[in-house]
Amino acid sequence: MSLGLIGKKLGMTKVYDSKGDAITVTVVDVSGNAVVQVKQQAGKDGYSAVQVGFDEQRESRLTRPLVGHFKKAGVGGKRVLKEFRFASDADMPAADVVLGPELFTEGQWVDVIGVTRGKGFQGVMKRHGFAGQPATHGHMMHRRPGSIGCRSTPGLVWKNQKMPGHDGTVRRTTQNLKVVQARAEDGVLLISGSIPGSKGSYVVVRPAKKKSAK
Amino acid sequence: MSNIIDKIQTEQLKKEVPNFKVGDTVKVHTRVVEGDKERIQIFAGIVICRRGSSLNEAFTVRKISYGEGVERVFPLHSPKVATIEVTKSGKVRRARLHYLRSRKGKKAMLVKEESRAVSA
Repeated sequence: MSLGLIGKKLGMTKVYDSKGDAITVTVVDVSGNAVVQVKQQAGKDGYSAVQVGFDEQRESRLTRPLVGHFKKAGVGGKRVLKEFRFASDADMPAADVVLGPELFTEGQWVDVIGVTRGKGFQGVMKRHGFAGQPATHGHMMHRRPGSIGCRSTPGLVWKNQKMPGHDGTVRRTTQNLKVVQARAEDGVLLISGSIPGSKGSYVVVRPAKKKSAK
Repeated sequence: MSNIIDKIQTEQLKKEVPNFKVGDTVKVHTRVVEGDKERIQIFAGIVICRRGSSLNEAFTVRKISYGEGVERVFPLHSPKVATIEVTKSGKVRRARLHYLRSRKGKKAMLVKEESRAVSA
């Protein structure tokens, strides 16, 4: 895995590209990322990773161990911590790597990880995309799941049977989104399309795992 | 709205947008790319709708082409809309001129000319 950034979803807008076509983009604030700890395979951690912190947090809001942790790294308090792992120490980025929009180039493919918006208790049509039943022609059943199993064989309802329940608030990765603009002066990334989460929620932006060519 | 999003949008707004209203007859010069060549195509008609604000503002132009009504929606700040030329200003009492759609023949393109412009 390569180094990514933690960001905050600011909202969506559109930009016009060089051809004059409008592209819908999500604006992600990635300013204020800082390396908090470097873990090395050769060291006592036993694996290679870079711990990145994001978003200011007052010291009084942190536990004492965390305050010490940040002090050791020489950075202010952070709200979110996230590790980016590497296969070996040799793959680790240089110590002076810039953690900002500059980490990504325009046109690069990225994956964005976030927690989706909570939708509460939902039925099967919204939650699992069931078709439901006809609205009219004498139907007395409209949005229900229908049958959930057979008769005496197997005589039970299978595990993982799709049923109504809580929907949303799950960690999701949206893969292969394009970085439309990396605006260093604003500290934001403009990523094409939509990403998980509501405005103000934290997301992780990393280079795409399955798509590398420009 | 976030200040940064506001900034991104303001940057893309056109500096000069001609002052035109619903009911005006306009010529919209659009950039059309064919292969590697770019040319200007003109779409002329009546503005029947203006909606949205800021970067998302758009307007609808209606014309009668070979007896068939044609409508096109243009994003006001799109780079593909090169210029907007107002040829005639009309006086209307509606914000949306959708009633023109149900009109036939000569009346279909009939919008009273603005008298103020004449008297002034």
